Amino acid sequence: MSNRLNLFFGPQHAGVSGNFNITVTLEGETIVGARIHLGFLHRGFEKMLENVGFLQGFPFVCRINVMDPDHNEQIYAMAIEELAGIEVPPRAHYIRTLVLEMARLSTHLLWLNGMAGAMGFYTVNHWAMLARDEILELFSLISGARVYHIYILPGGVRRDLPDGFAAKMTAFLDDFEQTLHDFDVALFNNRVFRKRTDGVGVITQEEALRDGMTGANLRATGLARDVRREEPYAAYADLDFEIPTRIEGDSYARAMVIREEMHQSVRIIRQVLDKLPDGPAWNRTPNPFKWNIPPGEAYVRVESGRGELGGYAVTDGSNRIRRMNYRGPSLPHGLVVLPRILVGMTVPDIAHMVSSLNISVPEIDR
Amino acid sequence: MSKGSVLGPFVSLKYLFEKPRTVAYPYQRREISPRYRGFHKNDLEKCIGCGNCADICPCDAIEMVKLPGIEADPKRGSTDERPQINYGRCTYCGLCVDVCPTGSLSLSQDFIHNDVTPESFVAVPRDEKAAPELFDADTDDFTASLIHRRKSDAGYKSELAFTFAHLDGHAKEMEVVPPEERVRSFVEMVRGFTREQAIAEASRCFECQVCEEACPAHMNIADYIRDIWAEDYHQAARDIYKTNPLPEVCGRVCTHNCEKACAMSHRGDPVSIRWLKRYAMDQIPLADYEKALGTPIVKPTGKKVAIVGAGPSGLAAAYYLTLMGYKVTVFEEKEKPGGMMRYGIPEYRLPYPALDKDIAYIEKVGVEIRCNTRVGKDITLDELHRDYDAVFVGIGLQRGRSTRIPGTDHSNVFQAITLLRAITRGEEITVTDKIVVIGGGNVAMDISRSLARLQMNKYGKVDVTVTCLETEEIMPADPEEIAEAREEGIRIIPGRSPVRIEIADDEIVGVHTVCCVSVFDDQHRFNPQVDEADKLFIPGTMVVEAIGQSADDSLLPDELKQQLEFAGRRVKVNEYYQSSIPWLFFGGDFVKGPDVITGIATGHQAARGIDGYLNRPAEE
Repeated sequence: MSNRLNLFFGPQHAGVSGNFNITVTLEGETIVGARIHLGFLHRGFEKMLENVGFLQGFPFVCRINVMDPDHNEQIYAMAIEELAGIEVPPRAHYIRTLVLEMARLSTHLLWLNGMAGAMGFYTVNHWAMLARDEILELFSLISGARVYHIYILPGGVRRDLPDGFAAKMTAFLDDFEQTLHDFDVALFNNRVFRKRTDGVGVITQEEALRDGMTGANLRATGLARDVRREEPYAAYADLDFEIPTRIEGDSYARAMVIREEMHQSVRIIRQVLDKLPDGPAWNRTPNPFKWNIPPGEAYVRVESGRGELGGYAVTDGSNRIRRMNYRGPSLPHGLVVLPRILVGMTVPDIAHMVSSLNISVPEIDR
Repeated sequence: MSKGSVLGPFVSLKYLFEKPRTVAYPYQRREISPRYRGFHKNDLEKCIGCGNCADICPCDAIEMVKLPGIEADPKRGSTDERPQINYGRCTYCGLCVDVCPTGSLSLSQDFIHNDVTPESFVAVPRDEKAAPELFDADTDDFTASLIHRRKSDAGYKSELAFTFAHLDGHAKEMEVVPPEERVRSFVEMVRGFTREQAIAEASRCFECQVCEEACPAHMNIADYIRDIWAEDYHQAARDIYKTNPLPEVCGRVCTHNCEKACAMSHRGDPVSIRWLKRYAMDQIPLADYEKALGTPIVKPTGKKVAIVGAGPSGLAAAYYLTLMGYKVTVFEEKEKPGGMMRYGIPEYRLPYPALDKDIAYIEKVGVEIRCNTRVGKDITLDELHRDYDAVFVGIGLQRGRSTRIPGTDHSNVFQAITLLRAITRGEEITVTDKIVVIGGGNVAMDISRSLARLQMNKYGKVDVTVTCLETEEIMPADPEEIAEAREEGIRIIPGRSPVRIEIADDEIVGVHTVCCVSVFDDQHRFNPQVDEADKLFIPGTMVVEAIGQSADDSLLPDELKQQLEFAGRRVKVNEYYQSSIPWLFFGGDFVKGPDVITGIATGHQAARGIDGYLNRPAEE
């Protein structure tokens, strides 16, 4: 005899971003167990990459993470560049940095949208969406598309920045800094938000390291670890930025790290616009129909909006990639950490924790 | 740390009186990026239907379809197919635009399409020119759809400048012997690719295969270029020999219609297909040919075919007939096989060892070549008919035409073709120090450049003047031949019509010419108009005529000639080059051309025809 209840949370649920299912076991109000079920969003991208040419993989890789597509393009481009020995011109490195930071802003804003929404702060929810939309319009100016940019290609970027882009970007940043302040007042310094997040979902540094956590979730436990600093790619080595950390390891700490990262992204974009070197933005890569890459393997990594995004690529001398494995940062966050920390919480915290850990389901279930 | 205020959300009140920042669609219009990747647009006239877009599409959204009103134009490198997009599959990545060689394909700012019929999501992209009814001035972005487009909606397009195109428009430069050095001897002027150059050049090919349609022999060009890129020269040789048994020759002197059609020429230089073929074949020594091409498995048919003339068409027909199992004998009038390839094309363009290599392999597969045997004199056509099951005639155009102006009967007036033959044979030619060549074709260039070399050896300087009816723009010679002739110190005076040869004291002094205003009339018939008032005297002590050649058909007995049907001046043949006399096939310059590759194509096709005629189903 048991008074336990199994509750199916997702795959279709307003509080879950992406299609996965959490089966929680309840005793009364309290969660005593949780299991994650995947497979509702599986598109087989890694397999598809094995069946198309190197260039043709880009329309697929950006779709691995809908919310943060550019880091996936960057990692695929970096893997191919390393295996094929392609140089990237300095201007392209800077433009890539610009695009990647815009992507970080947009994915953080989408996180803010979800986080605020999960707590009922619908005004902030809409402000975040509007600010993100303005970034998407800027993306559209650069790449011709709002979401799936297919802009970073091996050898650099697909097109140079359009005329007058810097002015539009600066105008957005000026405005956005004001919006960030509004977020502070309306959400981050709001007592209701503090009450809901302070001391909730605490993860210690040891647990975080043991479970393979990266990104803001790890930095909220006091460890300043960031691929942009440890193994700088694109133009990050030339730029001045801080790695925000907190020590509490709770939901509020994670939120504040992300909030501070948005501020750092604004700083980085301003520096990129200032320092943008002249010269070509793309080194021509081989004819896409006659492009073989010598046998080899490479592991490349970047700091995506959610943490360390890794790519393990193997080539066999043919015109196709032999294997491309993505290491999405949400994988440990969603599959390992989430079911563990849900235990002892109540049902209203489920959506909160999915948002707080900033889990991207398409990244796990690719 | 403060616990925060509950009054925070009231910060939103300040936005109450501000203008809304969201776009009030549809009353307000969103500004769409000039690079927007929406629905496709295609300039159907500019598009050549190469299919690169369909090949690069990672989603198989593009299919090449035949459209009414679109005709194939192989010379321009254009097929009769155009892309059709399935918007159920398209991801709007724009890779199709990036690899479009002509830049005809672009994307637009329109992206909304609502319809109940799935078929409407599959569309052939057009532009305002091709489908004015589709692009409506009244349509705005609210009502635009795939079947109702709006004007001036240009979005993402191909960068015709090379900066962001995935095509390399620059051919690898071919090293040639400098003019001052090459004019001293008959050394081959084109040095050929190095390994690195050849691979780099081969890697430029997109494998769209429009060149293969333009080639008279429809060679498997994309295949052998890929083999060269992969450094598999034996496979390249196999792909080449499928349609051409004289690749060393064609790799040097082919008229390369393929390169004129090459899709890459829309972005810059075409792929150097001719030099690549030469490079591939130069990598294989003759001794390895059998290993490379494999020992042909021939089932003897027991039938015999006679071939008259060991030129390109005769040798090609002989090679393919032998592989089909026929016993082939080639009858050649001259002392060595090769025809015009040996006795017409100068050595600096086609060295004899290259030609000998090709012919040696043709002999190796079992073709018997009987030189010094003139059909019509040493053996009659009737005897061939009696002894063989079919006869192929590829005798070319061996007789030079004369301008017939006063003075051409002088002993120092020559036919280009006679002189070229004599140079090949190593006969002594009395070259004077001032020569006038009449004619504007490649033969005129060949003879003037050959004479320039002889002059250089004899007098230490070049003084050859070429004059022709045509202006430089319409001169039949290849532009590079004209440029190279000029580099070697040859003077070219185009647009002149010769009137008479001035002779004083039995010696030629020069040629009187008048200005030629036009060569062809409105119906494109040869009908030169001259301006008598514009006179020019070109001094010279020797005159060479190179205004064209005609066939020497004296081998055909009169009663046979009466049975043959003629189309104009040429013998009438069917698509297999079979004449109205079933056992008699014709090929080469005699019926089509004139050039080497056309000769090879006619020979190969006639071989299929002979095979069919001799009661075996034609292959392919």
